[in-house]
Amino acid sequence: MENKNLVSITDYSKEEIFEILDLAADFEKNPNQNLLDNKVIATLFFEPSTRTRLSFESAISRLGGKYIGFTDASSSSVSKGESLKDTIMTVANYSDMIIMRHPIEGSARWASEVSRVPVVNAGDGANQHPTQTLLDLYSIRKTQGTLDNLDIFFVGDLKYGRTVHSLLQAMAMFNTTYHFISPKELRIPDEYKLFLDRKGLKYHEHREFDGIISDADIIYMTRIQRERFSDPMEYEKTKNSYVLKNGMLDNTKSNMKVLHPLPRVNEIDTDVDENEKAYYFTQALNGVYTRQAIITHILGLKK
Amino acid sequence: MVMDDKKLQVSAIKNGTVIDHIPANSLFKVIHILGLEKIESQMTFGSNFESKRLGLKAIIKLADIFFMDDDINKIALVAPEAKLNIIKDYKVVEKKIVEVPDTVTGIAKCGNPKCITNHEGIVTKFAVVSKKKVAIKCHYCEKITDSEHMEIF
Ligand SMILES: [Zn+2]
Repeated sequence: MENKNLVSITDYSKEEIFEILDLAADFEKNPNQNLLDNKVIATLFFEPSTRTRLSFESAISRLGGKYIGFTDASSSSVSKGESLKDTIMTVANYSDMIIMRHPIEGSARWASEVSRVPVVNAGDGANQHPTQTLLDLYSIRKTQGTLDNLDIFFVGDLKYGRTVHSLLQAMAMFNTTYHFISPKELRIPDEYKLFLDRKGLKYHEHREFDGIISDADIIYMTRIQRERFSDPMEYEKTKNSYVLKNGMLDNTKSNMKVLHPLPRVNEIDTDVDENEKAYYFTQALNGVYTRQAIITHILGLKK
Repeated sequence: MVMDDKKLQVSAIKNGTVIDHIPANSLFKVIHILGLEKIESQMTFGSNFESKRLGLKAIIKLADIFFMDDDINKIALVAPEAKLNIIKDYKVVEKKIVEVPDTVTGIAKCGNPKCITNHEGIVTKFAVVSKKKVAIKCHYCEKITDSEHMEIF
């Protein structure tokens, strides 16, 4: 099945995910390919996300394409009260593909239903961020040589972290063993545990971070934000309990890699950066190749 | 309306449909879902009858109205135990129970305040993810709304 859009990672089959990861590997070898000659891509950021936007714009530029768009809603007609439908139908007239980030959940699905050009979801509120998931999958496969039978440790904000939720769903195709490490207030929601139960997959929940990561193939770190806590005292008490320190990596497996969707605040000590197990900056670079793969795959420019 | 409290005079309509075992607090939702505000034939309804299973139940009698299964199954969201008696010539010729459908379009409101369907005029669409204790998953925001939090348009 060929998807015309990328809205939710759950729309993609294992085969289609592999097609994109293989394409991304090709772009890693040969990043500059003029496949988007004479194509215009719209990048609509209804809320700012500099990192994701730059990654997409880099991918488009390396493909020789042009991009139009806005970087936050205040500089667009949205601030004048235009509906999402009207914005999308208008921009679809000006472009060959729409890449959009929007704070409202389900906005990308809705856009894909009213747009006559393909829509790529670059994040819709707390719901999905599938291009991040694909670049995470690419990074895991590249560093582990496989996606099958891995032990993945998710650390930090597992309640609101949509990158965690999407990656968790995608990895369920690969017999993953899950470990969830978070403060009580930010633990993984029950609906994801039910999802794993239904799939018959193993998961473990922990409150403590130190001393339990020796089995990890991947540690997926996330940011804990102050505003997620109803009680600011709780935040102060827990914020330093989920910080990865270089010494903690001593007794981990040699193939183990640390991932983080970035931006980081203080949840990974900067001395970890020099450790060969730190992979988050390369992960961000992989994002450009993966987005090149997604764009060309959806537009049918590369098989 | 005079009603014998044990028997609700099911046989009083010549042809039509009687919908029984509606939870009393879902009566008006059922009327709304089936569009009964707009019908022109005779409708009788009663509510707050004692029911062993439902606590308080309601009943609707409709003269000359018959439903397609797909239409009647829509009320399963708010009245999963509803039973229908199809009346022809004063006799019950068929009994039906409602079935929770696999998908729900345009009836329920998504319980997620940050969902696009609560911000723009969009017909809601859900997949039913649990039929016993009804729970529906939004086609747009992918969040699950359970029966306790379900609102009907
Ligand atoms: Zn929704």
